[in-house]
Amino acid sequence: MSSPNSAYPDTPATRTKPKRHEWPLWEVFIRGQHGMSHRHVGSLHAPDEEKAILNARDVYTRRNEGVSIWVVEARHIAASSPSEKGPLYEPSESKVYRHPTFFDIPDEVGAM
Amino acid sequence: MTHTAAYFEFLCRMGDNTLVLGHRVSEWCGHAPVLEEDIALANTALDLIGQTQMWLGLAGEVEGKNRDADKLAMLRDVWDFRNCLLVEQPNGDFGQTMMRQFLFDVWHLAMLTELKNSSEQRVADIAAKAIKEVMYHVERSGETVIGLGDGTSESHARMQKALDLLWPYVGELFIPDAVDIAMAEAGIAPDLGKLRDTFDAQVGDVLAAATLTIPDGNFAHKGGRSGTQHSEHLGHLLTQMQWLQRAYPGATW
Repeated sequence: MSSPNSAYPDTPATRTKPKRHEWPLWEVFIRGQHGMSHRHVGSLHAPDEEKAILNARDVYTRRNEGVSIWVVEARHIAASSPSEKGPLYEPSESKVYRHPTFFDIPDEVGAM
Repeated sequence: MTHTAAYFEFLCRMGDNTLVLGHRVSEWCGHAPVLEEDIALANTALDLIGQTQMWLGLAGEVEGKNRDADKLAMLRDVWDFRNCLLVEQPNGDFGQTMMRQFLFDVWHLAMLTELKNSSEQRVADIAAKAIKEVMYHVERSGETVIGLGDGTSESHARMQKALDLLWPYVGELFIPDAVDIAMAEAGIAPDLGKLRDTFDAQVGDVLAAATLTIPDGNFAHKGGRSGTQHSEHLGHLLTQMQWLQRAYPGATW
């Protein structure tokens, strides 16, 4: 018996939920040739951290983008919640004096 | 055999190995078990095709019959190919592909390491460029062989089966003939037998970590590097790879 919408006609319509074999998700950070800090470039799946670095090399540095790769398993990243946007960020909108726009920064200082 | 003829043969062997394996690996494009492996295999294939351009480009120059790398790759028939039998074997499952890749990569790295000291500067230059890519290939294929060999009972069984199938094609890589002896005497390429210890040590370490057993026996299929007895698989591969140039001679884009 196949289910009417199945792309795999040989798959039984009723079956127990299959065990998931998916590899964990990793977030990839790459430091570019001239960049100063690692930047998030995307994510990928890999069975362990060594393979995650190899996969990151193949997926994200094909066009000579990087000189250093960090990977971190996505579940280890703590993230702020979008619903807290108001209390977290709006209070700073009215505090223009926190921006150092009142100073002249000499060119020799470079990027800050 | 003149020196030029032997040198041409040697360059074709290097270039045909990378060409045929590169094409085989490219057959996975869009079919690999996961996206990350798909793109990694495509990268490997492209590395190998890039190396082919250098080896066959030089081969064409040495031959001096107005054949460039494209002509050598696309307009020769099976009996003129000089790749080893290992690289023309079919992909099989993903594990079999990675086992073939690993066995070739280890030999390739040992060979290029020696070729960096070739008396022919252009050979040394190609080897120096290729070796950086191949060091990565062997790291990746070795890790995968360990991961799958020392993985589940099913992946272990498949990897052992792949090793049993492919091992008899390893010997050919180390059996010197007149071309190899001429190249070694000229200092262009190493004595092939010398590579065997390096190969055995590195392969032994990885296969031990992968809990896989090298099959007994020294039987070696031969006839790829000399072109006298390719397996039937190479002809089928060429019908795919050369189709466009055969159907539309001289087509460019």
